[in-house]
Amino acid sequence: MVEGQQYEDPGRPKVEAESVDFWYGPTQALFDVSMSVPARRVTALIGPSGCGKSTFLRTLNRMNDVIEGTRLAGRILIDGEDVYRAGTNVVALRKRVGMVFQKSNPFPKTIFENVAYGPRIHGTRNRAELIEIVEQSLIRAALWEEVKDRLDASAMGLSGGQQQRLCIARALAVDPEIILMDEPASALDPRSTARIEDLIDQLRVDYTIIIVTHNMQQAARVSDFTAFFFEGRLIEFGPTKQLFTTPTVKQTEDYITGRFG
Amino acid sequence: MARSGSAGSFGPTGRLPGEIGRAGFPSLWKMFAIGGSTWKDKAAAVLLRAVASTSILIVLLIFLFLGKEAAPLAAGPGIKSLLAERWVPVSFQQVRFGLLPLVTGSLLVTLLATLFTIPFGICAAVYVAELAKPWERELLKPFIEILAGIPSVVIGFFGLVVLAPLVKDLFGLSSGLTALTGALLLALMAIPTVISISEDAIRSVPESYKSASLALGASRLQTLWKVTVPAALSGIIAAIMLGMGRVIGETMAVLMVTGNAAVVTASPLASVRTMTATIAAEMGEVPFGSDHYRALFWVGIVLLVATFGLNMVAQRVLKKHQER
Repeated sequence: MVEGQQYEDPGRPKVEAESVDFWYGPTQALFDVSMSVPARRVTALIGPSGCGKSTFLRTLNRMNDVIEGTRLAGRILIDGEDVYRAGTNVVALRKRVGMVFQKSNPFPKTIFENVAYGPRIHGTRNRAELIEIVEQSLIRAALWEEVKDRLDASAMGLSGGQQQRLCIARALAVDPEIILMDEPASALDPRSTARIEDLIDQLRVDYTIIIVTHNMQQAARVSDFTAFFFEGRLIEFGPTKQLFTTPTVKQTEDYITGRFG
Repeated sequence: MARSGSAGSFGPTGRLPGEIGRAGFPSLWKMFAIGGSTWKDKAAAVLLRAVASTSILIVLLIFLFLGKEAAPLAAGPGIKSLLAERWVPVSFQQVRFGLLPLVTGSLLVTLLATLFTIPFGICAAVYVAELAKPWERELLKPFIEILAGIPSVVIGFFGLVVLAPLVKDLFGLSSGLTALTGALLLALMAIPTVISISEDAIRSVPESYKSASLALGASRLQTLWKVTVPAALSGIIAAIMLGMGRVIGETMAVLMVTGNAAVVTASPLASVRTMTATIAAEMGEVPFGSDHYRALFWVGIVLLVATFGLNMVAQRVLKKHQER
């Protein structure tokens, strides 16, 4: 990975969490999480199962709102604006903050319709424009060459790795600024995983990417910054290289050296 | 391909390649033969197969007996007499056995009822499955099921006493016994079925589709209409077809409220006579073995073929939708 020194002036953070607490009903899942995610970089969230990393990820596009009985305290700022402020337009927020899920979840529609879905619901009606967006999104997701001759075929016929890239293309099609990825390669074979990682490497230039992963090698390979979560708390956050070579907290060291997790 | 045939590659299950994918009776047989092949297992398999085949046998027998009773009409007035334009089975001048008014009557009532059923049934199913709060669902579902179970004669009473006068006043007619009245009643009977089955289909759409849509910035309603309902469409179509099946075969309620005038019409406000109502009303009084009796069996055959056709179309639509 790139040297940590390069990030001395990453500019204004894209995403800032300020003392975020989060509850599922009576159960508290996040405790006082504060962190600043730099723009146009890849930030990895690591930690053992149930440490709150996915929950934290889902607070950023308010996908936890869908679950009943959840509650958040603290602030989450994107470009300095609190996304939990009353009156926030969740639709606009989710257009800016795209998401790729753990299990690829294309719609049972054609490849074209999958990618065109987002632009359509946001009001793009012009057919030529849609075709252009679909093509560009698929090119960016490194899937175009494989599917350009069968855009009208069902997305369900694609392989697991292709489906996941299709989901990335679908997220890119609404032109987001931030892309959240929740263990995007955990259900894929090593070759497909490598393709997804290559893709993340290409996308870092234009997007702020936050990726949850169980796989520490993956975090080391793809990310510029890493955050280590444990039992709902953010234990350590820093440039990936530094966190993996000279962690400052004992728990981080124990986790990355495989003593638990 | 050549590799799969090589020695020792029986696949992970250790079965011979030929065993996989064999469908129908042999696999049914195997299914019950699992765990040994004692005479008990074999007997059980034979018995189950016999029970399972009964439905095929019954359908064939029904066709056979309908045909047997209907066929002799050819010797009397002839099959061609069924194509006449009027149904006058009892007359001092000339009897006519034209099925046209009965077929159009059934068609009109069925189509109208379907027209009411589809939007109402789907919207209600969507509400119960996706939008209703848990306590609302708990309250609604039993009522929908009760509605589905009301005997059609009782619904017919309701039609006669409440609906028919309403239609009469609303459209300023001399009689409220019209195709529209019948269609409304039939819709009332079909809607609970459509709601129940559509609701199951909608609820079985994976949560991951909805999450994907919401994460793209779609509203809840957009997600519903553009992702959830299309994904459940095969189930919804099956529900509608089942509802239509009930509508086309329903007898008692239409007999009571459609007025039973055997005329060819496309007007919802005219009185019509359906195939089912004709059979029900006339079968009890017809002389056994008469031409009229034979003609009624022909009505039954047409009805059966229509239901068959409907089922086949439904299967076709379902299959086509699943392939996509």
